Amino acid sequence: MTPRHPPESTSRPPRRRRPDTRKRLALVLGVLAIAAVGLIARAVDLQVVHQAFLQQQGDARFLREVEIPVSRGAIYDRNGVPLAVSTPMLSLWANPDELLQHAERIPELAQALGANTVDLTRKLEQRNGREFVYLRRLMPPEAAKGVLALEIPGVNVQREYKRYYPDGAAMAHVLGFTNIDDRGQEGLELAYDGWLAGKPGLKRVIRDRLGRVVENVEQIRAPVPGHDLTLSIDSRIQYLAYSSLSAAVLKNHAASGSMVIMDPRNGEILAMVNVPSYNPNDLDSSTPAQRRNRAVTDVTEPGSTMKPFTVTTALESGKWTPTTMLDTNPGTFTIDGHLVRDDNNNGRIDVSHVITYSSNVGASKISLSLTAQQMDKVLHQFGFGASTGSGFPGEVGGYIPPPRTWGDFVKATISFGYGLNVTALQLAQAYSAIADGGVRHSPTFIKGDDNPGVRVESTYIAGEMMAMLRTVVGAPPATAPQAAIADYSVAGKTGTAHLAVAGGYSRDRYAALFCGIVPASDPRLVGVVIIRDAGGRGGEYFGGKVSAPVFREVMTGALRLLDVPPDNVQQWYAGGPVQPAVAPPPQPAGAVPVARSTPGAVP
Amino acid sequence: MRVVGILAVGVLLLAVIASGIAVVWARHQDRAAFVALSKLQNQRDALNVEFGRLELEQATWASPSRIEQIARGQLGMISPPAASVEMIRE
Repeated sequence: MTPRHPPESTSRPPRRRRPDTRKRLALVLGVLAIAAVGLIARAVDLQVVHQAFLQQQGDARFLREVEIPVSRGAIYDRNGVPLAVSTPMLSLWANPDELLQHAERIPELAQALGANTVDLTRKLEQRNGREFVYLRRLMPPEAAKGVLALEIPGVNVQREYKRYYPDGAAMAHVLGFTNIDDRGQEGLELAYDGWLAGKPGLKRVIRDRLGRVVENVEQIRAPVPGHDLTLSIDSRIQYLAYSSLSAAVLKNHAASGSMVIMDPRNGEILAMVNVPSYNPNDLDSSTPAQRRNRAVTDVTEPGSTMKPFTVTTALESGKWTPTTMLDTNPGTFTIDGHLVRDDNNNGRIDVSHVITYSSNVGASKISLSLTAQQMDKVLHQFGFGASTGSGFPGEVGGYIPPPRTWGDFVKATISFGYGLNVTALQLAQAYSAIADGGVRHSPTFIKGDDNPGVRVESTYIAGEMMAMLRTVVGAPPATAPQAAIADYSVAGKTGTAHLAVAGGYSRDRYAALFCGIVPASDPRLVGVVIIRDAGGRGGEYFGGKVSAPVFREVMTGALRLLDVPPDNVQQWYAGGPVQPAVAPPPQPAGAVPVARSTPGAVP
Repeated sequence: MRVVGILAVGVLLLAVIASGIAVVWARHQDRAAFVALSKLQNQRDALNVEFGRLELEQATWASPSRIEQIARGQLGMISPPAASVEMIRE
């Protein structure tokens, strides 16, 4: 204002009236400085002291950490055929609060889901206050997108995976299945869950008020997809085994059946099937009995299929050779007041024919010359009485009574396969050991698994045993003429065991077994067939009649599929010398059912 | 001296502004790259999904039971009996 006063007004000295600008400046600056310090203090307070809290509060309002779903590894067979594949599906979920605020649209939603409006409303009301409820899980993507297109507030989708098994029932027991969260529940899906299942990743996203992802901010943890698994199973052989076994179980009015096919050279399981089976793509319609993998979880008394191990013990003891004679007259034998009986009187036979004719009396007499400890040791060496180490969930080890409890009669019953029990997988393992020259490999389901064997008997004794087993697949009275395969030599052993029921053995219910090895000259496949409770009234129930034909049918196909060269050709086509390819097989001439036409006269 | 001081402050000021803009730019690049990455990841996932579905479809069409059905039923094929197989020596 000073300048406005006329300069001539001199009533007061202008200098004294003029305010002190320096003081004013100092005052203003002071106030500003205080304000600035206040601001800085507040800024420090917010940015430094309370920074963590405030940041968290801010983030909590729009940042979310969400899982990045990963798919489960696929399972392939040994030839790369997919057996179990995860495919993404969409699961519809809703925010109940929000959806209930738009209750007028619930009928529309219920209709789209094919659900009842009343039920849906009740479900939402029960979960009111929560932020998440599944409306329907694992919908085909198109269907879920159709519902989403209705743009009903609060309805969202989330990706999940569903497992498909293209081979269905044939492969069901081996693979097992997963639950709705894609975790293994049974079979190899469970055994290798850690390998197959990936680790979901985690990412931070910005979400809007409706829960929609606006922006991906950063990846917190990289997703690790599940690993693929390649099995030793050959799906073609598996299917063949399943269809043959199903047909045999049906034809013989049997309750159930199991078959295991193993490669004796490395213990790889090529096929493992059970009947009855179930559709793993539709679990709800199956019963627990159908879902049981009987080849590893059910034990059977092995009957005569144990005799080769009795004879192995005998040969190892040095007291017996394959040609040692013994007398089985009159076809019955009494031990400690118990009667042991053969189907026919086989008279005086050698040890080899005890196997050929499957003589219980012969096996009993042999066992009486052996100690319980000797027999027990051999059985354990061949893998009976303990889990095979295949790692299959639910596998049982079977049972062998402690040897100190064996009296003479128990020794005899064990010599022909009663009083102990085994699984089909154990039988396959034990016969593979004979086939591989006395080296036992633990069964494995993984292709190319490093699986060194353990020597359990000398190559010499294994060779003797193979020769004896070849005589079984010959013309009657050998027990398994029906296991013969054209152009291949077959070794094997039948077994027929009374089923154990409450209070003893059933008189008219049997397990029919066959264990076979092909080609006998250079074993590539070992097959075990068990058919339980075959025959019904008056039907066939012998291992040689019920199970051996299944073995023949499956192996004929398997040998062709695997391109195994024939080792027992009776007659070569045109030009080739008409002679057996290898040393003549020890079976009688009429054993191989090859009533061959002359070359060229193919119908 | 004063001129040098003002000049120094000016240069530093410019440097601060430039650095600030650079931060914004880098931040933007980061966002853009992340968006591109997410997009490609989604694309990869979609392709994997498609592959899995095709694999499944192939396995379903080629399932042994279906092949057998068609071979036996529609085409009247049989597996040859042992008697009609001739072995040829190489």
